[in-house]
Amino acid sequence: MVHVDGNGTAGSLIQVRGLDKTYRRGNEDIDVLQGLNLDVDQGDFVAFMGPSGSGKTTLLNLLGGLDVPTRGTISVAGDEITHMSRGKLTDWRARHVGLIFQMYNLIAVLTAFQNVELPLLLTKLSKAERRKHVETALAIVGLGDRMHHYPRQLSGGQEQRVAIARAIVADPTFLLCDEPTGDLDRRSADEVMDLIRRLVKEYGKTVLMVTHDPLVAQLANTILHLDKGVLVEAGARQNVIAGGAS
Amino acid sequence: MKFSRLILANLFRKKLRLILTIGSFAVALFLFALLGVVNDAFTRGADVVSADRLVTINRTSIINTIPLSYRDEILRIPGVQYVTHNNWFGGVYQDPKNFFPQFVIDPDNQRQVFPELIVPDEQWNTFLKDRQGAIVGAATMKRFGWKIGDRIPITTTIYGLQGKPFEFNIDGIYQGQKREDDETQFWIRWEYFKESVPASIQGQVGWYVIRIANPDDAPRIAKAIDNAYLNSPYETRTETESAFAEGWVKQFGNIKFLIVSIGTVVFFTLLLVTGNTMAISVRERTNELGVLKAIGFSDRAVLGFILGESMVIALAGCVGLLLALGAVPALSRAMAGLLPPLFVTAKTLICGVIAALLVGFASGILPAYGAMRMRVVNALRRV
Repeated sequence: MVHVDGNGTAGSLIQVRGLDKTYRRGNEDIDVLQGLNLDVDQGDFVAFMGPSGSGKTTLLNLLGGLDVPTRGTISVAGDEITHMSRGKLTDWRARHVGLIFQMYNLIAVLTAFQNVELPLLLTKLSKAERRKHVETALAIVGLGDRMHHYPRQLSGGQEQRVAIARAIVADPTFLLCDEPTGDLDRRSADEVMDLIRRLVKEYGKTVLMVTHDPLVAQLANTILHLDKGVLVEAGARQNVIAGGAS
Repeated sequence: MKFSRLILANLFRKKLRLILTIGSFAVALFLFALLGVVNDAFTRGADVVSADRLVTINRTSIINTIPLSYRDEILRIPGVQYVTHNNWFGGVYQDPKNFFPQFVIDPDNQRQVFPELIVPDEQWNTFLKDRQGAIVGAATMKRFGWKIGDRIPITTTIYGLQGKPFEFNIDGIYQGQKREDDETQFWIRWEYFKESVPASIQGQVGWYVIRIANPDDAPRIAKAIDNAYLNSPYETRTETESAFAEGWVKQFGNIKFLIVSIGTVVFFTLLLVTGNTMAISVRERTNELGVLKAIGFSDRAVLGFILGESMVIALAGCVGLLLALGAVPALSRAMAGLLPPLFVTAKTLICGVIAALLVGFASGILPAYGAMRMRVVNALRRV
């Protein structure tokens, strides 16, 4: 269940309250997000839509601990992340967040295997255990036979699937996808979205996704619209309790 | 160790740039080693001297002589154990380019004053019985392919003896106990020299080398010697062998300053080149560094990766020191006679590695610090 009115249950996986984000450009303050509330339960698949500059990516960055809000709080699985130090936030990201970017953002000089292994280098897993996890993740995304290929030797869709494997290999609490199909043709986009939906359905992953593509957004359980930093509307296929900005 | 693959993979991202950067280090370190070798050759005298030896020369300059009669007077000063005297022979063997130092020595005291230069007793005894005998350093023997028993013609260019041929029999070979010991000298007997030179020089020696019982007494004994001949026609200047050797090197100019200056310029230039390379390398992959941070790599880890890369480049550049190890023996052969034997010392190698690591650290620290401070969201926006 997704709430945008600030009345979610205490058991929500992600709880956002009164979230503001203001950037300063020259002498001007730009309010990107204004008093945003959000509750997302475990296993939800939420799509954020909205025009450019509406604050979608900013919201994703804040939820992922990549940026800090001007005001408000974000709690994930009981951890209040908004007041964490930079170092603690980094550790928290490593344990709880899987990131999938529009441009895949693989390390060009590493093979698919090595790219997927990266988050595991931060754990205490042995080399053999890391190998097992990486092979499993690559098998899930259907690239078990491409693990020793470099990104330049893969298609865009395959690169994004490697990026998804990297995002899930450490079994994070939730996945953040920033335009995951934005750089793909329709067929590859469909493959990637099938994969993301499988992660939600079969593996119970919680996914928050930013997209411009209505066809992609339709695949989410919940679609939220952001406009000029305000959650103005909650369009829903199911399980949405509508509300305006607080 | 599990991060080493990431560091190496990034290093090989641009192979040509990597090769050129390592090459810059290698050339600089090669030059560093050569400068170290030359500096060592010039200053080795000061390094191998004994603390219990003094050198007395004419106060005016070393080319002015002092009377032989001073020897016994010096010997009477409390604390003095042995006194030997030397003259510069200044001879030419076949061709002026075949330079090696020839010293007229006092056979009675040479071995007592220079115990580190070993001559087998049997050879030394032959030398003592042979008026035209010579003891030759092992390096010079090897250089000219001489063997004991050979007769060596040498013509001196000084003492008014120009054109007068001298012939010497090689009676023995001396060897040093340390690699740094000078094994290029050619020792000839005082008696033979004295008979040959004009009467005005016969009672004159070039300098005295004095062995004392206790190095702590050096200032007192030096002062006693010089005071004894104050206001005489042959005033003396006595100093420790170390000070004498340093003064000798200074005659060639401030070699150390010259070498340090060149070395500093080379390494500063290397620092700029490598620093620029590292800065470009970091700027090119800002986005990737942002990704690493986004997935949980700490700021310190990113700092470590960049510094690790610059340090690996620096260490790889130490191949320049290995090249120097290979090249210096050839250089030594080419410079035989002009300079003492050349070799790369462990000290030079260690200093080279330390200098490389310092430059590696200095060139990497600013880009690494910048990468460490970079905010993830800003880095991810960069393509």
